Amino acid sequence: MSGWRLPPSGIFGAERIDRERRILFRFDGRNHVGLAGDSLASALLANGISTVGRSFKYRRPRGIFAAGPEEPNAILQVGRGAAEEPNARATVIPLREGLLAAPVNCRPGLRIDMLAALQPLARFMPAGFYYKTFKAPGWESWEPAIRRAAGLGTLDPAPAPAGAAHRYAHCDVLVVGAGPAGLAAAEAAGAAGARVILAEQDEAAGGNLAWDDRFVDGQPSALWAERLAGRLAGRGNVTLLTRTTAFGLYDHGYVSLAERLPTDLDRGAPPATRLWGLRARRIVLACGALERPLVFQNNDLPGVMLASAVRRYLAQYKVAAGRTAVVFTATDDGYRTAFALRMAGVEVAAIVDPRPDEGPAAQRARDSGLPVFAGSVVSAARGRRAVRAVRIDALQGGRHAELACDLLAVSGGWTPSVHLFSQAGGSLDWDPAQGCFRPAGGPAGIDCAGAGNGQFGLAGAIAAGRLAGTAAAEAAGATAPSPPRRAPDPPDVLEDAEAPPAQLWLVPGANPRKSWVDLQSDVTAADIALAAGENYRSVEHLKRYTTLGMATDQGKTSNVNGLALLAAATGQAIPEVGTTRFRPPFTPVPLAAFAGPYRGDLYRPRRFLPAHAAHVAEGAAFEDFGGWQRPEAYPRGPEDVLAAAAREALAARRGAGLFDASPLGKIEVYGPDAATFLDRIYANTMSTLKPGRVRYGLMLSEHGGIFDDGVCARLAPDRFLVSATSGHAAAVAAMMDEWLQCEWVGLKVLVSDLTTAWATIAVTGPRARSILAALDSGIDLAPEAFPHMSVREGRLGGVAARVMRVSFTGDLSYEVSVPAGHGESLWLAARAAGHTVPIGVEALMILRTEKGFIHVGADTDATTQPADIGMAAAIARKPGDFVGRRSLSRPAFAAPGRLQLVGLERLDGTAPFPVGSHIVEGRDSARASAGAVTSSCFSPILDRPVALAMLRDGLARTGEEVRVFDRGAEMPARVVARCFLDPANARLHG
Amino acid sequence: MLLIDCPWCGPRAQVEFACGGESHIARPGPPDTVGDDIWAAYLFERNNPKGIQFERWCHAHGCCQWFNVARDTVSHEIRAVYRMTDPRPPVDGTRFDEAEGSG
Repeated sequence: MSGWRLPPSGIFGAERIDRERRILFRFDGRNHVGLAGDSLASALLANGISTVGRSFKYRRPRGIFAAGPEEPNAILQVGRGAAEEPNARATVIPLREGLLAAPVNCRPGLRIDMLAALQPLARFMPAGFYYKTFKAPGWESWEPAIRRAAGLGTLDPAPAPAGAAHRYAHCDVLVVGAGPAGLAAAEAAGAAGARVILAEQDEAAGGNLAWDDRFVDGQPSALWAERLAGRLAGRGNVTLLTRTTAFGLYDHGYVSLAERLPTDLDRGAPPATRLWGLRARRIVLACGALERPLVFQNNDLPGVMLASAVRRYLAQYKVAAGRTAVVFTATDDGYRTAFALRMAGVEVAAIVDPRPDEGPAAQRARDSGLPVFAGSVVSAARGRRAVRAVRIDALQGGRHAELACDLLAVSGGWTPSVHLFSQAGGSLDWDPAQGCFRPAGGPAGIDCAGAGNGQFGLAGAIAAGRLAGTAAAEAAGATAPSPPRRAPDPPDVLEDAEAPPAQLWLVPGANPRKSWVDLQSDVTAADIALAAGENYRSVEHLKRYTTLGMATDQGKTSNVNGLALLAAATGQAIPEVGTTRFRPPFTPVPLAAFAGPYRGDLYRPRRFLPAHAAHVAEGAAFEDFGGWQRPEAYPRGPEDVLAAAAREALAARRGAGLFDASPLGKIEVYGPDAATFLDRIYANTMSTLKPGRVRYGLMLSEHGGIFDDGVCARLAPDRFLVSATSGHAAAVAAMMDEWLQCEWVGLKVLVSDLTTAWATIAVTGPRARSILAALDSGIDLAPEAFPHMSVREGRLGGVAARVMRVSFTGDLSYEVSVPAGHGESLWLAARAAGHTVPIGVEALMILRTEKGFIHVGADTDATTQPADIGMAAAIARKPGDFVGRRSLSRPAFAAPGRLQLVGLERLDGTAPFPVGSHIVEGRDSARASAGAVTSSCFSPILDRPVALAMLRDGLARTGEEVRVFDRGAEMPARVVARCFLDPANARLHG
Repeated sequence: MLLIDCPWCGPRAQVEFACGGESHIARPGPPDTVGDDIWAAYLFERNNPKGIQFERWCHAHGCCQWFNVARDTVSHEIRAVYRMTDPRPPVDGTRFDEAEGSG
């Protein structure tokens, strides 16, 4: 093939190129020059480049085949570094200055490919070859090498540049596709007053109007389309989105679109892709149709192209794909390409048409002097690196010819783009006359019009588009401010009579082993016959077995030919075979578009403590705990977090530690039925709590597992404050609300999660009371006036404050809460109130582990019941129902072998057991787990390691020696009571 | 993605909601009178209809209110939206016997 750029001339079509602006680009290591407005594919063709890659499996040379997103062959590696695009379709990449493109599937390069030696072996590599051959010792030992050999493009592991921000929009009517039907639909819907979005995947509106030599209303169709698009863009209620592919159609009118942002011609960087989420009341699908190739011998040679693509390159890019062409067409549309080629100065050596009777198009061609071979086929293309001749055979036998050519334009029929319709659940009907599937019954709110609906005539498509647009606007409830006085005249289209296409699935006389059905996945007609012979009769199985219709093009040009051949091989009718399931995306969407800019700091909002700045000033090391950025420790000098935590824990035991507990859940429960409600929510009783007092409680799931634990304070007879575990507050509040709204709808209770409204600082340690006294809250701190497990309200520095005397450390502790805005002042005031040490989350974990206090979710899981942590008694005494009660008497909860929480003492060393290490029983191959360490640390005050573990029947095993297993080593340990420090709780009182 | 007509806020995108599964499941009680089989059925047994499913949703990122939805599991068409306290509405197209549910 030897493509070339036409001189400026009068050939029809909407020209895209700017001949004054030359663009330098690089392909396969060589510099080339294209024009502004070129696609990468048109620029390659204009430079006479025929081979743009090698095939996936057999490494055969392949050339540009199509002009749109259906391109199976021209899959290139574009760009360099983090911004590079793998598997870019050259047909949809706008040329830009300095663009770098390289072919895939060839090493070291396009001209010499080491694996091209595979070609003669192709006959030994049929469908299923890998499955049948690479079996011993196992597929996994072969897979890496095969993947390297087969891999298409490569991806730079560096993070890609940030994608564009997503957009969300609503409209009355979405029209997909701005060809004749789509433009007409958008115009009609807009005129009826609807808010319309018209999405077109191409650079500009027009569809085939832009590249066909047609006339509408007395104007060239390209001009008619351009003017109509201009008028639409000028309407306030119509938005035209070009370069925008509707790639997924979901429920209730939700559509995902990918918009390629405009290309900066001067910059090497690829344009970003913007994702749209669109909700449309009504949808008109005017997606057009894709041309099908014909299946004959060597139909994959560079120089074989879709006839409509050849025409597009002529009309829009002024590029002729060859010097001497043969047109092999089963449709009348192929003749348009023959006429266009001749108009452009390309020699048309033959039009080959399998239909025996010359139709109107053939007669026009013959009348104008073009050589027509009716009732004939191209049974083989000849050439090694590119097509150089074709063999033509008469279907009735006898006559045959060999004609030299460097371009073979093929047209096997048209396949409506039913992808979106089918994604949305629409069903398809086989149209026997046109030889294609077309939309049939579909979900409400979606209409199809034009070629995408099997309406291939231009006048019919425009009329159908208008009807669909008007109907959609009406159904969406649109009302025009000033309704049009009369319906517009039907378009005046000079419509040539068209004969139906021939349905030729495999050209007679072609060698099926050399006749390609799927160019991208390298699937031949013989592969399909073989799969059918091996009983892969379902089209879905055929797809998986042969890879027909897989990879980046998803079989846009190959599916119908493939399933027709399967039908022939299995003796079924084509509609019986059906199609494979259409799934989003219609065309590949870069993952960077999905990620958008929402990564790093923007991936998820971080929650900062009200006193964050103060913690920064204290030198805190921060970590994410349940979404909150919290100090895990405050390291000093060379300390690491572990050393800092040990120092902080010891200081808190000896003096006073300050801990920012602001994320601790603070759920207020009010109302006359609040006490009744909490008795049903907690596994223990809360209604007997006196105002001003605090009680520890357990909440269960309805399955009986421990859901959350914490203290509950009664602020007033009808007002409680529930402390949920930090990071779990929203879930606890939501759980309460669900019970109130869905089950106990009669209870007069209001649940309000005020966690973030309050900042909380815990003061813990023997000197806690003196620190609190210095804060001067006006609350009487005397032990008898403010005993353990009680709550008081006062004022600190003029603001409301709540002080709870509770302890998660075993030492005298107060939790002081003020409105969140005063959190930093509270921290600073507490630091100024006497000698304190700030302690982080790690130190708190040491303090609570020393006391054996559980951490729900770390020490327990969803199957842990209260009895497993030694809390059966409090619940057994409780009268009445509560969430999870009935589950506690299920047989599984009374069965032996339950995992129960115990303390573990290390017998042979000072290093803490790793959390997660197993307690094992049995030896060697009989060694099995009897539980696992759930919390573990070195206790600085006890000067030895302490640990909590879930152990089978653990509560009955106190004193027993067990073995803890970690990475091959076993360590002896003793089962002990959970509380390692101060079992008499003397320290609670300071 | 579904468009759900919250009885309080109007039609909103599915991402704003949380699905709570099948609705109209009566909670058996008092606990001492409930057999293991009844309790297990309440906890674990759910309809899986090809057709109309009655389920509850919470407008979790909106008004936080729970309500019921009758949804066709094949077409995802929402046939009715009604409050938690409303009885199950008559909706055509229930394709499986749901007599074991109550409410």
